[in-house]
Amino acid sequence: MIEFISQSWPWYVAGPAIGLMVPLLLLVLNKSFGVSSSLRHFCAMCSISKADYFKYRWKKESWNLLFVFGIFLGALCVAEYLPTNELVGISDATVTKLISLGITDFTGLMPSQIFSFDHITTTATLISVILGGFLVGFGAHYAGGCTSGHAIMGLSMLNLGSLVAVVGFFVGGLAVSWFVLPFILASL
Amino acid sequence: MRHLYALLLGALFGGILVKAEVLSWFRIQEMFWFQSFHMYGVIGSAIAVGAISLQILKRLEAKSFSGKLIDPASKKFNKKGNLIGGIIFGCGWALTGACPGPLYALVGSGYGIMLVSIFSAMLGVVAYGVLKDKLPH
Repeated sequence: MIEFISQSWPWYVAGPAIGLMVPLLLLVLNKSFGVSSSLRHFCAMCSISKADYFKYRWKKESWNLLFVFGIFLGALCVAEYLPTNELVGISDATVTKLISLGITDFTGLMPSQIFSFDHITTTATLISVILGGFLVGFGAHYAGGCTSGHAIMGLSMLNLGSLVAVVGFFVGGLAVSWFVLPFILASL
Repeated sequence: MRHLYALLLGALFGGILVKAEVLSWFRIQEMFWFQSFHMYGVIGSAIAVGAISLQILKRLEAKSFSGKLIDPASKKFNKKGNLIGGIIFGCGWALTGACPGPLYALVGSGYGIMLVSIFSAMLGVVAYGVLKDKLPH
């Protein structure tokens, strides 16, 4: 049991576990599963903008802020007490392709060549961390949801708009991974 | 009490994200390059379990802890907004290697730099909030 918990989970364990978040949130809090609205609540909380989009009673949605703080804490606990292997179990083909594109360090969850404060002024880091984050926030709110709200909650409800959004996620993601990422990695 | 439950459910989700490796940039690129079934299996089986659970809750006319009938609202259908916003989100997903849930989990996993991405994402939401009425939806 301990061994199972301390290892990385195969998709057929991890996926259903994520799917169960949908009924759990409904049963316990009567809330729809979703993460990206937390970004809007943070903006409203900090009064970062005067736009009407941020004029609402964010305190009524404070469960969502606690939920994402929980995500942070949960990951922290797992990293602290149940460490996984130092290498993510990606396929050999992906390793080969990434090596050919200039990635040399495969330890951890993200390549240290891009995702570290030491490289914050490099092109690859600025694009990946800052531009990438901006597009995640902008796109999720324009689309009306992210991977959890649209792909998992929305598709579970057989929502047509969510299907359109998820197609969009993959159109954008495929375009960047195939045609933009090689140029970003070439700058390393 | 509700806040404590929200925190605990979030912690459960955060822990699962790490164990599933879905918060890894490497996994995201592998997914977009079609080099493994892992991410598709995770997302697909999550949807299947979510959909079946919703049907069960509906058939049983289940009530939440607060005693209210569970009847989640459908998201508004905005053809252009869903598609264009979705494409923009997908670009960001591939660049950071993370969607919003994983962003928070990555900070918890020790990647403090992703706080910069979260702040950037907030600015993205502000930009959307300001431009909202001028964008096609």
